[in-house]
Amino acid sequence: MLDVHAPFESRVTQALADDHLRTALDRATTRLAERRDLAVAAVDNPALRHEVRAIRQFAITHLPDMLQQLETNLIANGCQVHWARNAAEANDIVRDIARRHGVRRVVKSKSMLTEEIGLNEALETDGIEVVETDLGEYIIQLAHEPPSHILAPVIHKRAEDISDLFQRELGMPPTTDPGVMCATARQELRRKFLQADMGISGGNFAIAETGTICIITNEGNGRMVTSMPRVHVAVVGIEKVVPRVEDAFLLWQATTRNATGQAVSVYFAMCSGPRRPDHADGPQEMHVVLLDNGRSRIIDRGYPDVLLCIRCGACVDVCPVYREIGGHAYGATAYSGPIGAVLTPLLADDPTSVCELPFASSLCGACGEVCPAEIDLPRILLDLRSDMVNAGTSSVLERVAFTSYATGMQKPWRYRALVVVARWATKLLPRNGSGGLTKLLPPLNAWMRTRVFPRFARRSFRRLWRKRSSGRGIEPSR
Amino acid sequence: MAADNSKSARPRVALFVTCMVDSLYPDVGIATADLLEQHGAEVIFPEGQTCCGQPAFNAGFRRDASKVARHFLDVFWPLVRDGGIDAIVAPSGSCVAMVKHSYDILFADDEDDAYQHKAQEVSRVTYELTQYLVDVLRVDSTGASCTAKLAYHPCCHLLRDLRVDEQPRRLLSHVEGARVVDLPSAEECCGFGGLFAVKNAGISTAMGRRKAHHLSACGAELVAVNDVSCMTQLNGVLLREGHRCRAVHIATVLRKSEAPQGEEPHA
Repeated sequence: MLDVHAPFESRVTQALADDHLRTALDRATTRLAERRDLAVAAVDNPALRHEVRAIRQFAITHLPDMLQQLETNLIANGCQVHWARNAAEANDIVRDIARRHGVRRVVKSKSMLTEEIGLNEALETDGIEVVETDLGEYIIQLAHEPPSHILAPVIHKRAEDISDLFQRELGMPPTTDPGVMCATARQELRRKFLQADMGISGGNFAIAETGTICIITNEGNGRMVTSMPRVHVAVVGIEKVVPRVEDAFLLWQATTRNATGQAVSVYFAMCSGPRRPDHADGPQEMHVVLLDNGRSRIIDRGYPDVLLCIRCGACVDVCPVYREIGGHAYGATAYSGPIGAVLTPLLADDPTSVCELPFASSLCGACGEVCPAEIDLPRILLDLRSDMVNAGTSSVLERVAFTSYATGMQKPWRYRALVVVARWATKLLPRNGSGGLTKLLPPLNAWMRTRVFPRFARRSFRRLWRKRSSGRGIEPSR
Repeated sequence: MAADNSKSARPRVALFVTCMVDSLYPDVGIATADLLEQHGAEVIFPEGQTCCGQPAFNAGFRRDASKVARHFLDVFWPLVRDGGIDAIVAPSGSCVAMVKHSYDILFADDEDDAYQHKAQEVSRVTYELTQYLVDVLRVDSTGASCTAKLAYHPCCHLLRDLRVDEQPRRLLSHVEGARVVDLPSAEECCGFGGLFAVKNAGISTAMGRRKAHHLSACGAELVAVNDVSCMTQLNGVLLREGHRCRAVHIATVLRKSEAPQGEEPHA
């Protein structure tokens, strides 16, 4: 796997050189995108998108009220509510709960938010064993890798790679039979569930009117994480709040149709407080950590739409850039693909620290077209690029190039002169390769290393047009 | 439309030829003018035109983009205002998308909203070539012929920004003798993306190679596109990697009489 802490250029180069990665991504993203197409074609998708957007927008524009209502109802249900401003505070809250309960073993259901804040590492420093129970997350935990897709964390591995890993780590006999591989993981995980003192989950939706944390899973592990251990801690981003139960059901459907192509997921856990005296099972305590970690700042930064995301991953699966480089090339972030390219800089204290991400897009628009919350991702990428340029992240060469471009294009005679210069300059270039004089022209050099660059025309259109018009006795228009 | 139709039944079209066509592929511009004239339009070419500003806008250099966009409006808006033209037509989906959609963003926070107003007026009468031919001039067939195995690659801005897809496909399907083949994953980007093509040259090339692979797989000899930028990217890869297929601008395919040539970079 490539080093997620290496510079962007180097990550991309490593990813592009990895044929196994490309095979894995091709297989999985194509399958997911095909399934999604079928699942959204089965419903009135434009209407569904409008509804999803309306629900999410209402929640985000009424965030303080929604959160207050959520807190009140969570407490009424017997939950303990904690507020965390940032990653460090959230991790400390969870560590503290673990300490108070003498927790030694934790089972987790899949949560991108806990990836974002590095909760596993924080707990491990206290000597706590943390086991991921989502199959994909379990596999990458065994491989000591971060997730490479918000929905399918192990999408970068082929079945063959996973088989090798299981043989090495779990002593599985050589096979790529998915049934055998799943059974091997299941056996290991069942033991972990029975031993765990604490279960940690994320939350897909937090219902304000009932004080309920909802978790979408297909493996049932979410339900076990939230009901078997004596303590359940849900770490939930503040943007996940929705007003009503019906809203959560609608978003559930929108998420699964767009994520995996399912009408609904196999499991949908709704956690409304700890076990009550008349309950057969459930945790003795339920804690909800409501975490900001830069989310309210995203609103202040002028990008509230980014918070409408329901983390389905549809934009990732259709992204032609993601398909070439995979999630790890986006760096040390829980989020990749188009949503990652906007969320990662916007969550960062200093967005310019990841300034390359919004530029790593051809702006093809496929992401914006599929987003179930109608987030205009191409527009946000463009706005972020402008922010980055205004913050001074662009190279001297780029600045000079665009200043000359703007100056040249404002007067037709300057533009014509520029074209003449460009024509002569490119005449000196070889047709192939990037050696010789092309080295002096970095943007052209980058083009010509892998592609032929066309020659400028001997006569521009406007000269041909004049000739054409005068041949017909027409005055050229001004 | 503001034109005085009593004077002439022929719609007057201002050709926005785009900077890339002007300097790199003038023949595409001539083919565009020919097509418009063959199908009943009167074509004028405002000589003051340069570029729409898209390269700078997409790169995040909005101040620079705004300067170029103002120049564009200075050239074209008076023609629209005075009713001197009925439409502005360009042989490019992405430049038209720039004018129709991105000018709004560019002039949204402008102190004087004169340019925002101009942009809106201009946007209303701006069309991509095939869109104008089919939707306004009601062309069904251009009378062109071609014997090549022909694929169509829908350029991203045309397809997703302008939602123009049926029009070019219909015109191509009526090209006499053409064997139109289905391009697998046709709606996937070719990888050009302006500054992206050089700033992220590795990813851009990988995307181009994927498209080249699909073109080979469907046996296309020519692939028609509506944007010369995408054409440059595709031919850049196809030529370098020794593929037989060539990308051509749709205007040169649709033009009557002449057989379209693979758009070899000019020697």
